[in-house]
Amino acid sequence: MIENLTSAAYLAAGALFIFALRWMSHPKTARRGVFAGVLGMTAAVGGTLLHPEIVGFEWIALAVVIGTAIGIPLSRVALTAVPQRTAISHAFGGLAAGLVGTAKYILWMPEGELTPFRTGAISLEVILGFLTFTGSLMAAGKLQEWIPTRPITYRGQNVINLGMLGVALLAAVVLVIDPTQWFLFPLLVILSLLFGVMLILPIGGADMPTVISLLNSYAGLAAVAMGYVLENKVLIIAGALDGASGLILSIIMCRAMNRSFSNVLFGAFGQVAGGPATAAEAKPVKSATAQDVAELLELAREVVVVPGYGLAVAQAQHRAFELYEQLTKRGIRCRFAIHPVAGRMPGHMNVLLAEANVPYDALVEMDDINPDLGQVDVAIVVGANDVVNPAARHDKSSPIYGMPIIDVDKCKTVIANKRTMNPGFAGIDNELYTADNTLMLFGDAKAALGDVVKALAGESGMGH
Amino acid sequence: MHSVDFWSMTFVFMLAAFVGFDVIRSVSRLLHTPLMSLTNAISAIAVVGSIIIAGEQKTTLSTVLGTIAVAASVTNIVSGFLITDRMLKMFRQPGSGR
Repeated sequence: MIENLTSAAYLAAGALFIFALRWMSHPKTARRGVFAGVLGMTAAVGGTLLHPEIVGFEWIALAVVIGTAIGIPLSRVALTAVPQRTAISHAFGGLAAGLVGTAKYILWMPEGELTPFRTGAISLEVILGFLTFTGSLMAAGKLQEWIPTRPITYRGQNVINLGMLGVALLAAVVLVIDPTQWFLFPLLVILSLLFGVMLILPIGGADMPTVISLLNSYAGLAAVAMGYVLENKVLIIAGALDGASGLILSIIMCRAMNRSFSNVLFGAFGQVAGGPATAAEAKPVKSATAQDVAELLELAREVVVVPGYGLAVAQAQHRAFELYEQLTKRGIRCRFAIHPVAGRMPGHMNVLLAEANVPYDALVEMDDINPDLGQVDVAIVVGANDVVNPAARHDKSSPIYGMPIIDVDKCKTVIANKRTMNPGFAGIDNELYTADNTLMLFGDAKAALGDVVKALAGESGMGH
Repeated sequence: MHSVDFWSMTFVFMLAAFVGFDVIRSVSRLLHTPLMSLTNAISAIAVVGSIIIAGEQKTTLSTVLGTIAVAASVTNIVSGFLITDRMLKMFRQPGSGR
């Protein structure tokens, strides 16, 4: 009876989780998705607590208190810190999977219940879980800049990494054949923990969006493996949904950076050499004042703002919204062109701008806005560099050749905001800045946008 | 017996993976960050396995491991759902005032 009740709860949870993701297809229904998710989780936990094997609830209650105490502050971090928070929760997911696998091995070994199938599933769960745990902690550390964000590489790195994974898999195979070789189990755990660290070391900060998505996928697969160990189908369903989501997001990120997927899987992609920082030939740039920009904008009918992560670093999101407000007030269409890697994780820039009140219909994806750019009067590039560099389209020698970009150079006028003319972070020249239709607006993004908004507001004050 | 379980679980996995790819592909690109925090919370369903290990209290070691696993999963459930909702609330509908 109780067993049926538990199974029914799990079935309902599985269905609710699918609905939760289904409703994420549109911002209008998305919050309903969260509700479905909470309901599904409540059903699953409720069904589990009925389990007759549970003899005491004190440890569970303690853990729930601890988890809630950590979880609430973690949900209130600044939106710029959401990538780190996400990485940390992948780490927790991996840790839980690894620990459950370990506990199951410890419980089943003396009872002689370790069938080859169970040992195989436990080994996979432990490898995936623990490598996700340390790998995600490393990613979080790099995003928080506690760990140097530059790639850390050494000779033979790939051989050592793959060798470690190979030894771990070999240990797993031996365990499947003879589960009583218990000393191999701690070896498996240690190798997986180490492998997670080594996997992330060679990866640079700029590649974190892909890494987070990939770790998301690993965390999901670890939950699937746990489902096989515990013979629990709702775990398999939820893990598969999570794994699919992470995989799709990492494919999108790879495409947006023009990297191959296999490159990512072997963790070697930090090694792509930044091209030699060729000294920019002193081509003249035209600069403009905030007043000039305001005048140009007044005459425009279509304006596109291209934000990059620099916008968020300068905390200029609210200025960008004020600009949007000033323009729409005058009947000028203003939209934001979002490159998939504009933020530090998939979709990050959308959240940052939504927080600043920009309505979501003004946030347009790269592929949707590119065909319209020929008709756009003014494009304003703020805190973005590589994602608008036309060299990606035609210069085969450029390190970013082939990367899809937002074609702002096709707009009638381009305003590019930059602190100085120093070559950017990646040391890649951007020919956009010296193009005939480009005006440079020098200064800190927040201050520069603020001045433009002030100039616009001042003019409208005088006009009316 | 076990081989039957293996195959039925693998069928579930295969179907869920297909459903997952299909459903995720239709998720608005606007919402990819909240999507990741939502799937994070959902995959913390691992809590069901951890609860049993922490609750059956078979050995001290397994109880401790289970308790840590429950705490880790509950952290993900609580912070995952809360932050997803917090972010989604920010997506202002076109035309609406504040």
